[in-house]
Amino acid sequence: MIRRLLQNPTTLIGAILCVIVVFGAILAPWIAPHDPLEQNIIDRLQPPGGDYPLGTDDYGRDVLSRILWGARISLIVAVASTAVAIVVGGAIGMVSGYIGGRFDLFIMQVMDVLLSFPSLILGLIIVALLGPEMINLVAAIALTAVAPFARIARAPVLSLKERAFVEAGRALGFSHVRVLFVHILPNIVSEILVMGSLWMATAVRTEASLSFIGLGVKPPTATWGGMMRDGFETILDAPWLSIFPGLAILALVLGLNMVGDGLRDVTDPKLAGT
Amino acid sequence: MTFIGRALSGDFGSSMITNRPILADVGAVLPHTIDLTVAAMIIGTLLGVPAGVVAALHRNRGIDLAARLLSLLGLSFPVFVSGIFMLLAFALHWRIFPVIGNANLSDPIDRLDKLVLPALTLGLVMAAYITRVTRSAMLQVLDEDYMRTARAKGVPWRRVVWRHGLRNAGLPVVTVVGLYVGILIGNSVLTEIVFNRPGLGKIIVGALNQRDYTMLQGLMVIYCFLIVVVNLLTDVTYGLIDPRVKQA
Amino acid sequence: MTPILEVAGLRKHFTVVKGFPRPVKTVVRAVDGVDFSVGEGEAFGMVGESGCGKSTAARAVLRLIEPDTGEIHFAGEDVRAARGASLTALRRRMQIVFQDPYSSLNPRRTIGRTLTEPLAVHGIARGTRARSQATALLDEVGLPESALDRYPHEFSGGQRQRIGIARALALKPQLIVADEPVSALDVSVQAQVLLLLKELQKHRGLAYVFVSHDLSVIRWFCARVAVMYLGRIVEQGPVARVFSSPRHPYTRMLRDASPIPDPSKRGVLPRVLGEIPSAAAPPPGCHFHPRCPRATEVCRTTYPGWEESAGHGSACHHPHAT
Repeated sequence: MIRRLLQNPTTLIGAILCVIVVFGAILAPWIAPHDPLEQNIIDRLQPPGGDYPLGTDDYGRDVLSRILWGARISLIVAVASTAVAIVVGGAIGMVSGYIGGRFDLFIMQVMDVLLSFPSLILGLIIVALLGPEMINLVAAIALTAVAPFARIARAPVLSLKERAFVEAGRALGFSHVRVLFVHILPNIVSEILVMGSLWMATAVRTEASLSFIGLGVKPPTATWGGMMRDGFETILDAPWLSIFPGLAILALVLGLNMVGDGLRDVTDPKLAGT
Repeated sequence: MTFIGRALSGDFGSSMITNRPILADVGAVLPHTIDLTVAAMIIGTLLGVPAGVVAALHRNRGIDLAARLLSLLGLSFPVFVSGIFMLLAFALHWRIFPVIGNANLSDPIDRLDKLVLPALTLGLVMAAYITRVTRSAMLQVLDEDYMRTARAKGVPWRRVVWRHGLRNAGLPVVTVVGLYVGILIGNSVLTEIVFNRPGLGKIIVGALNQRDYTMLQGLMVIYCFLIVVVNLLTDVTYGLIDPRVKQA
Repeated sequence: MTPILEVAGLRKHFTVVKGFPRPVKTVVRAVDGVDFSVGEGEAFGMVGESGCGKSTAARAVLRLIEPDTGEIHFAGEDVRAARGASLTALRRRMQIVFQDPYSSLNPRRTIGRTLTEPLAVHGIARGTRARSQATALLDEVGLPESALDRYPHEFSGGQRQRIGIARALALKPQLIVADEPVSALDVSVQAQVLLLLKELQKHRGLAYVFVSHDLSVIRWFCARVAVMYLGRIVEQGPVARVFSSPRHPYTRMLRDASPIPDPSKRGVLPRVLGEIPSAAAPPPGCHFHPRCPRATEVCRTTYPGWEESAGHGSACHHPHAT
């Protein structure tokens, strides 16, 4: 299946982009030319070139290094929040769909309310109330994803639970838990994973946006959104401070979107060729 | 409870910080937000729907591939990134549009002038999204049997597409547009910051930063109200397009 | 013959709430007072047209659908009162074979896993021991050991049905509920599966509750039969007698409508009146009266009582003479 995935040129490019970012993040301590937090007031606002391949910011910090280290934040938040959302949202959706009845209706109403909030506003509210710690950021972004994942997990469960092999499991004395997680779950895993990869792109976007507003991980930690926020102040004099982090964000989100699209095309036979 | 009662009668209370009545503050910025939202929606649908339709009609050919790539690109820009890029390009480098966005409401030219870049920023992202949705909706409809039947009956293709195809593809698109308003509001926060426009988004962020809880309360109510209105509008439009719904 | 299964007063009603703006509540009386018993090693048939409640009744016996009221006793134990461990233990002794071979097996599990899983869950066997038991089961239904590592989609409908049977046998049950086990199969395959079920009955002393709408299958397979209509049993007795001299007009109608492929037995096809009314609104009195050629005033008002002689009974005001 991986081979089929990579046959699609967009998916291939997307995968390469993601891999570049991931490697950049992992290898940051070794390949970053400077310490991302080190301030060199003498060298502030240097244009790209020479010692500082991408220039320096208002405090004399190397942009390239900050971008490399910032990749870590973006990736960690994206992966963690998506993982949490999949587990929590998936569980809620599956259990709710399986139990059905009024319980299911109630849960879905709650999910609908959550869904009606745009992710940014919801994330905004949560982080503002809880404080800009990384863990709150992860929780906030995860929460915005719980409702969609619950829906995605629930839909197939509704039809699967009527299938004879589920009834057979009950007749054989299997517990509800077993039927749900050992029998029904494997049939919905692929849908959830596809949605997960698409969602990671949104997670990165949301994290960057929240950092830009000022609700991201606190400075002086380097985050891409935060860098753009700082860069905005000196946009007239040092446009490179806004361009490079922006390109980094774009690269990661684009890459994730491409891979996600490719995954979806591969797993949904109807969409193949669209 | 009493808050809701008073709210219904128009009294939203006063901001904790400035002690000015909330509605007044909101009212002052509302036109800007409405301007932006409406303009963005117009751009988004006017660009997105035809693009999606054309892409679907020329499936897997040059136009389609270009549309898909462009929309993928457009989708991947967080709004503030594309906003800043636009600012850099059109306001700072080429000096076409203004940088500060506080429009003089009574001067329509000024209003429009300050509107272009932010509306484009928001609108293009929305267009990217709408293109994709329209395209897949059209593809599904094009595949349906009744399309082939109409064609076999000898109806000219253009008419088939227009009459049957668009009408039916219109449904999911309208739903998505309605849903997108929520996203628009979220994105408008970012745009307002980038282009320094007054608006609902900025107030929300300001209130959050200053822990102005009464303000937040009022804003949340207004916000929910907006969502309800938009949903109603979506339902009505749905009913206009889909004769089946009206009968129910 | 000692009864292994005794059912009395079984009832299951479904409430459907539909409609907007004013929701309308409809009660569907799927099973409305059913009594029967199955002897050890006996094949008991339940026959009727779609919607008569036979599948629901069969499932209710296993508590796959929870009955509303009624007594169910399996080998003397109260099935309805069983909970937790006792219910699990009971489950081992009563199993079910489904109609649809295509959805009765989990498409993502190998046959081996499907067969060994119940053994593991009930603590009977694991690992290689479980595998060899699974092989033995496959052998019993006529499938090779190589099937263990294959997936359901690699098999035909008939083969899948056999795997389903093997699975039902895994826990060594004493009773099997077969819910239209051959209805979804090609005719040529039906015979094979039926023969298999008969074989198993002999070798393992299995009792069956055999649900079907096909009279010829019931006639061949079962010793006794209950004819159901709109949630109630209208006639019950030994197969030969019920079908050769049916007492209830409905049974007669069913029998006459199912053609016998024997040109020497030419009969007149009866007038089949009307269609089955919905179980949500059964006609008053005897449910069958709108379609019955023998209906009179009393049939329209009172539901007939049960009359039985020599193990053959029916619920009819004007039964045919035997």
